[in-house]
Amino acid sequence: MHMPDGLINAQVSIGAAVIAAGAITVGLKKSKGTLDSQTAPLAGLVAVFIFAFQMMNFPVAAGTSGHLMGGALASILVGPYVAILVMTVVVSLQALVFADGGLSALGLNLLNMGIVSIVVSALLFAGLMKLLPKTRTSIIGVSATVAFISVLASAGAFVFEYSLGGNATYNIASVLISVMSVHVLIGIGEAVITGLTIGAILATRADLVYGARSFLPAHNLLIKESVVA
Amino acid sequence: MAGFFSFYASSQPDGLERATAEQGLDVTAIDSANADSALADYGVSGIENQRLSGFLGGAVGVALAGIAGTGIYFWVRAPKAGETK
Repeated sequence: MHMPDGLINAQVSIGAAVIAAGAITVGLKKSKGTLDSQTAPLAGLVAVFIFAFQMMNFPVAAGTSGHLMGGALASILVGPYVAILVMTVVVSLQALVFADGGLSALGLNLLNMGIVSIVVSALLFAGLMKLLPKTRTSIIGVSATVAFISVLASAGAFVFEYSLGGNATYNIASVLISVMSVHVLIGIGEAVITGLTIGAILATRADLVYGARSFLPAHNLLIKESVVA
Repeated sequence: MAGFFSFYASSQPDGLERATAEQGLDVTAIDSANADSALADYGVSGIENQRLSGFLGGAVGVALAGIAGTGIYFWVRAPKAGETK
């Protein structure tokens, strides 16, 4: 979902860039020094993982492909603020080095893929986990759901931005339907990849999952209790 | 892995490209200023072999992401006890 230059006019592109810059600044401020020596390496790994997986396009319909976006996955693994940094790195690399996504569209692409996806994911994840039993299954299910919705949110943001500043002549309703319907399919892919990845990490190193931090008991606490008793 | 498997990745347009093409929105799209650069579109221009080109592009990207990720690591790492800020 990397927008090329020229789809959307300069005013909206600049506006999006300003918003993205603000959000990135918040991300930088709030994430500084927050992860411990166990969880900090994950930030770098998540960036590499998402970059690699974004290159793996899978077919979703005749003549169309999709790929992982990763905002939800990042947010659940390392928390929203670090996730913003991770996605900024990935999307910027793609635009600057690989011309995937326009340069003047970078603000828009960062906003949609790096910020809207993360904000929606973080809020929805927290909200859903409040309502559900605090188990591994819940976390995986919520992760997949949140990932799905984050893709729709990003696609919706694109349509909204296009309605403000699109350069071609168009019918907004048919743009909405066209963009959203293909992203429903991509969202399913995102949900599957996110759910599987979170499940795998929960099974091996649950302490690394930011989204699980207040829910799953720390293993070493349990060991100490049984030794003392 | 990105280098190896991306050769098999679907080369069909992605969802946004497809939808914007269907709706006739992409007539206004312009190639970005770096569209002719050596690494544009994840390949390495000048290398004819598609597999190798894609592999190197992916490898370069992953390496750069790793370097940037290491930078993130240093940014978010909590200072160890005794370390001065």
